[in-house]
Amino acid sequence: MKNYSEDWEAVIGLEIHVQLSTKSKLFSGASTDFGALPNTQACNIDLAMPGVLPVLNEEVLRMAIKLGKALNAQINSPTSFARKNYFYPDSPKGYQISQMDKPIVENGYLDIETEVGNKRIGVTRAHLEEDAGKSLHDDFEGQSGIDLNRAGTPLLEIVSEPEINTPEEAVAYLKSIHSIIRYLGISDGNMAEGSMRCDANVSVRKIGDENLGTRTETKNVNSFRFVEKAIQYEIERQIHELESGNKITQETRLYDSQANSTRPMRSKEFANDYRYFPEPDLLPINLENEFIEEVMASMPEMPNQKKERFVSEFNLSEYDASLLAADKDLADFFEEVAKVSNSPKLSANWIMGELSAELNKENLSINESKISSNKLGQLILRIEDGTISGKIAKEIFEKLWSSDNEVDEIIKSEGLEQVTDDKEIESIIDGVINNNTEQLEQYRSGKDRLFGFFVGQVMKASQGKANPKQVNDILRKKLEK
Amino acid sequence: MDLHKLSLNQQLNGLKEGDFTSTELTSHYLDRISKLDKELNSFITVTEDQALLQAEAADKRYKDKNNLALDGLPIAHKDIFCTKGVLTTCGSKMLSNFEAPYSSTVYEKLDNEGMVMLGKTNMDEFAMGSSNETSYFGPVKNPWDTEYVPGGSSGGSASCVSAELAPVATATDTGGSIRQPASLCGLTGIKPTYGRVSRYGMIAFASSLDQGGVVARSAEDAALILEAMSGHDSKDSTSLKLDKPDLTKGLDDSIKGMKIGLPKEFFAQDMPVYIEKSIEEAIEVYKSLGAEVVEVSLSNINLSLPIYYIIAPAECSANLSRYDGVRYGYRCENPKDIEDLYMRTREEGFGKEVKRRILIGTYALSAGYYDAYYLKAQKCRQLVANDFSEAFKSVDVILSPTTPGTSFKSGEKANDPIEMYLQDIFTIPANLAGLPGLSVPCGEYEGLPLGMQLVGNSLEEAKLLQFAHSYQSNTDWHKKMPNI
Amino acid sequence: MALSDQELKEIAYLARINVNEESLTSLKKELEDILGLFEELNEADTSQVSAMSHPLDLSQPTRKDEVTEENLREELLKNAPSVKSGLFLVPKVIDGDN
Repeated sequence: MKNYSEDWEAVIGLEIHVQLSTKSKLFSGASTDFGALPNTQACNIDLAMPGVLPVLNEEVLRMAIKLGKALNAQINSPTSFARKNYFYPDSPKGYQISQMDKPIVENGYLDIETEVGNKRIGVTRAHLEEDAGKSLHDDFEGQSGIDLNRAGTPLLEIVSEPEINTPEEAVAYLKSIHSIIRYLGISDGNMAEGSMRCDANVSVRKIGDENLGTRTETKNVNSFRFVEKAIQYEIERQIHELESGNKITQETRLYDSQANSTRPMRSKEFANDYRYFPEPDLLPINLENEFIEEVMASMPEMPNQKKERFVSEFNLSEYDASLLAADKDLADFFEEVAKVSNSPKLSANWIMGELSAELNKENLSINESKISSNKLGQLILRIEDGTISGKIAKEIFEKLWSSDNEVDEIIKSEGLEQVTDDKEIESIIDGVINNNTEQLEQYRSGKDRLFGFFVGQVMKASQGKANPKQVNDILRKKLEK
Repeated sequence: MDLHKLSLNQQLNGLKEGDFTSTELTSHYLDRISKLDKELNSFITVTEDQALLQAEAADKRYKDKNNLALDGLPIAHKDIFCTKGVLTTCGSKMLSNFEAPYSSTVYEKLDNEGMVMLGKTNMDEFAMGSSNETSYFGPVKNPWDTEYVPGGSSGGSASCVSAELAPVATATDTGGSIRQPASLCGLTGIKPTYGRVSRYGMIAFASSLDQGGVVARSAEDAALILEAMSGHDSKDSTSLKLDKPDLTKGLDDSIKGMKIGLPKEFFAQDMPVYIEKSIEEAIEVYKSLGAEVVEVSLSNINLSLPIYYIIAPAECSANLSRYDGVRYGYRCENPKDIEDLYMRTREEGFGKEVKRRILIGTYALSAGYYDAYYLKAQKCRQLVANDFSEAFKSVDVILSPTTPGTSFKSGEKANDPIEMYLQDIFTIPANLAGLPGLSVPCGEYEGLPLGMQLVGNSLEEAKLLQFAHSYQSNTDWHKKMPNI
Repeated sequence: MALSDQELKEIAYLARINVNEESLTSLKKELEDILGLFEELNEADTSQVSAMSHPLDLSQPTRKDEVTEENLREELLKNAPSVKSGLFLVPKVIDGDN
């Protein structure tokens, strides 16, 4: 929804910090588990004790290489670390070990889907760096408490080119990255918990202007929705300022989700001089070609490839394939259901229909589904092989959701098998016709709509178990007479 | 018996033979320390109880005949090496109450060989200084004349070994902090190749220059300890992937036919006559032993001082950022906000020299100056390293004075930073190139000792020690001890 | 090499070291003298060399991704000036990032 004058365009770049799901930290052997008591996962290296030194976790190299491949980027070798100097209580060394000159991943891109088709967003770089600790502000009588459990956790910072132009595109890009990192298994990408964080650099300019406007950096957006709203707010704010004749101050701003607005962070201007220099405690990293190739070969199928395969192998529509492939867990669930049921199309429908509705109602993720992929597959199999009708299947679905029973168990114990015997159906139909002679007269005299009425009555009389197609055929014949 | 007059090897043999126990030896030193160190102030912490316990344990192992390689030998550790459970101050108010929660690899290696720690030696604050006058714990005196400085930053280690309060001491060298005090105190001090000795637990000053080493009374003694201190450490990424070198085997080998290089740029400088004379005499000794003396050129050597005073402060400005009053160490009183906490803790906790260097380093790295200073210095550093590489194609070792003079009086240079920095003019180049260097006593002037420096090619500590030992087998300078 | 008061104050702030007004002048002079050394590098021809950030010409070693450190909180917090509930206490921090 644009409520500013049409001749402005927004230029957006996203910096996404992805917390890597290694067991130990980037430069120390302390655990990265979530939720531990304060400072119980902060060893002497993480606390920046005098005399300690960093040692690199090999797993992060694998993770970074995989991300690089998924982003169609180049892997730099050698790659090296640098010190980024700044003072903050959650940064124990007074500098963060990050990468400056030769980041491990550089010059990649990502294709996103927009209203007007595919758009390619450049990824400038992705580099490794260590996370900071946390400051807690409550209950300390005017003081803050510092927990360094998180200090030293590995991060990959992914920086996009400023080629995003709308809040919607920003979210599409963010969702793509989210999907990729989860697919690769390098992070659980949970924005609410902070394992994926997004900072947005926003500026505006008049359409046609080649120069970039002054940009601001907005932090503290911890959901897809807030990213969109924060960027939207910032765009409008900047346009408003410029149209009022004011200049934009280059600054860092914090998003306030309650007020849906951003405000400037207080910090001194020149204090942002990070004085980067090469990290002397770590040597340059040489990545052998064999190593890089071995890592790339071990990568799982990525979302785009999976989508293509769903279309070609299962004959799903582009739309259905896209939806299912976007989330790895959902895609895996779908494939299991399709395998058991032997009907990919029906499986896709049930997952995107019934199952999604149920999950949304109870706010559950696919992993928390109360019906396993195996069971759903069996249910669909029973539709396919004619044991039950689609309508009955819906009832059984409800029962599966709220119990531990097996599909066949329920069918048998409640006698839900479809009636497929012609003679039986005939006799039910005869019964219905005999009980509804008035409607029969009306139908025969031209009220075709009453066909539906008869079908309904037959289904009711058979408790929904009569095979709909057979009912249709036989009823039509009988009514014509 | 004057146990302190015995060399390390003699002490070790004495212990092995049962001539005396470690408890006797250790107590002997502790006794000397309690009597003589008041005047010298070479120790910050004397670990008396712990030392006697360690000595006792060593004695038991001798008795049970499962003694370790250096069992029961006493040693003093520069207070820059973290020692678990023991005060580790780095000569600073910032860490004046810091009990290390872990031990440095250097300490652990020597402890694992059974060495007995007498205590932690005094030093220039955070290893920055050449006179041991910047320590929060008071200046250290030179045992040769207590009005004079022992050199720095390892002044405490040099002073206590020179005064025979410890048979040997660990030390560190970033721009000359082992070699220069060794020279001023008449001792043999060695800084190994960068990466030879683990820096884990060795409180950082300038990461790409710091190295741990030894201050001893002879090349033989130094070799024994340096060997035990060396070797790959997976906790230090800049540690060479090599095992402990053998530094004692080839000590007695002849240096006949080996070549000594004299850098013409060093000798072109104005030097006191007595220094020139002592170097000439040393050269004659070497010639008499069959070595050849050749002129070499290190054309960029005069850039060393500026290179060092950009790189070392730059690295230290970052290494010392962790001293912020938050997790350990000194904290100012009643900080009113977080900025105040940082600003006043660091104003009050650091001494003048340290603050100067942090500010210089911050400046050199700051926006707009990085290319002109830091980057330029790192490139010039490569020039210096290249000069050495070239020279070592034609010589085995490079010889020069260690210091531009003998010791100076306390307070004489304390107010002139550049004057003080000039103390390291001969020693800095080896740190820039990451090469091993040592100082051996080779003369005396007006009652104060002076030393000559030998710099070797990468990984050639054994050769350096061989040259030093060769000289010491034919001269007596290293045997002279001050009368205290 | 001149250093302005403003520059010195900014450097001091970046380094988080308070410099009081009285010592400003003498400190400035001392620093200027040392900075004078820097100029000596201007003449050097470094067009044929690259920066040496490590004396060793080696590659960074790595370690396996395993948890090797146990919880040593009590030991490690022993030296802390101010601790509560296992947290390091500092004067309240405003505008924190999460």
